[in-house]
Amino acid sequence: MNIYWQLIWAYIKIGIFGFGGGYAMLSLVEHSVVDPGWISETMFTDIVAISQMTPGPIGINSATYIGYVAPGEVNPELATPIFGIIGSVLATLAVILPSFFLVIYASHFIRKHNESGIIKAIFSGLRPVVVGLIASAAILLMNNANFNPNGVTSQLIINITICIIAFALVYFKFPVRGKRINIHPILVIILAGIAGYLIYGL
Amino acid sequence: MNIYFQLFATFFKIGAFTFGGGWAMISIIEREIVDKHHWIKREDFLDLLAIAQSLPGILAVNIATAIGDKLKGIRGSACATIGCILPSFLIILTIAIFLTPDMIKNNKVISSIFMGIRPAVVALIVAPVITSAKAAKIGWKTVWIPFIVALMISINIGFISNPILYIILGALGGWAFWYFSNKGLKGVSK
Repeated sequence: MNIYWQLIWAYIKIGIFGFGGGYAMLSLVEHSVVDPGWISETMFTDIVAISQMTPGPIGINSATYIGYVAPGEVNPELATPIFGIIGSVLATLAVILPSFFLVIYASHFIRKHNESGIIKAIFSGLRPVVVGLIASAAILLMNNANFNPNGVTSQLIINITICIIAFALVYFKFPVRGKRINIHPILVIILAGIAGYLIYGL
Repeated sequence: MNIYFQLFATFFKIGAFTFGGGWAMISIIEREIVDKHHWIKREDFLDLLAIAQSLPGILAVNIATAIGDKLKGIRGSACATIGCILPSFLIILTIAIFLTPDMIKNNKVISSIFMGIRPAVVALIVAPVITSAKAAKIGWKTVWIPFIVALMISINIGFISNPILYIILGALGGWAFWYFSNKGLKGVSK
């Protein structure tokens, strides 16, 4: 099947089943784009980082980037900007299309059933699943490609340390000028990038 | 100014300046749409938000579609939706054109920066596991669900590792629990 149809189909599925926000979508996106070989696991991690540092929802960002890269990865003849732009337009439209029509044509239906409690009930079943989906995205990324790309134990230890420090920075609140605040993820990514350059780049 | 263009421009601005998506975007949308432009009343906004949340897809995009539809039908929602996604589309496209996978792999400076970033990204996803588990009020009765879901998806073997399967099962489970407990209540009241 043509790569463009595959992209459209993958992103329509992500649009239909993408419940629970950006992080919950990640394992669905990874399942749909890493398994067919469109991008590597490390590239997927890099896209998540780029999405965090640029404005806009992660679902759109990943569709645009992967739509651009996928045609060239599957068929080297398509590795030009024109074919990439076509792919990114198609993937981005595909991910928003299902909810676009659902919002317009199903809001009446949702309003009616919101009162009966059925929507609430469905979401009470989805909520624990969403926690599992986010956890699976984290577990899938805890791989050798991200933590030990060269099979060197000292690098593995350094990378685990970076991960633990980054977790502490985003998870715990820190006192800044008398207030207890969370460190912004963008700052954490910038610090990790600087650390990476100092440790691996010099 | 034309209302279609205004819808497009307002959501373009929201899309261009909010990082992280989701809830960060919602409060800015509320401020622009309800407080600044007075396009819809606050209770209508909350109603649209409830609908946008109940449907799959990207929350901020859903709410753009819903507000556009409420104001000017399908053409209004097309303007709002395209305005909302266009900034991130253009920014990511520019990055994709210049920062290719080959460059990340082969440029020594860029590859070293990303080697440091990757473990931090994993940490950024671990943190919301804990916060979402707290928000979902996961207790002893439900804690097995996220464990099974995370385990089955991470072992990565074919059909049983497809996240879609667990989304459908979760929705069905919630529905079945509601259906049968309602039935039970009706039985008692008779």
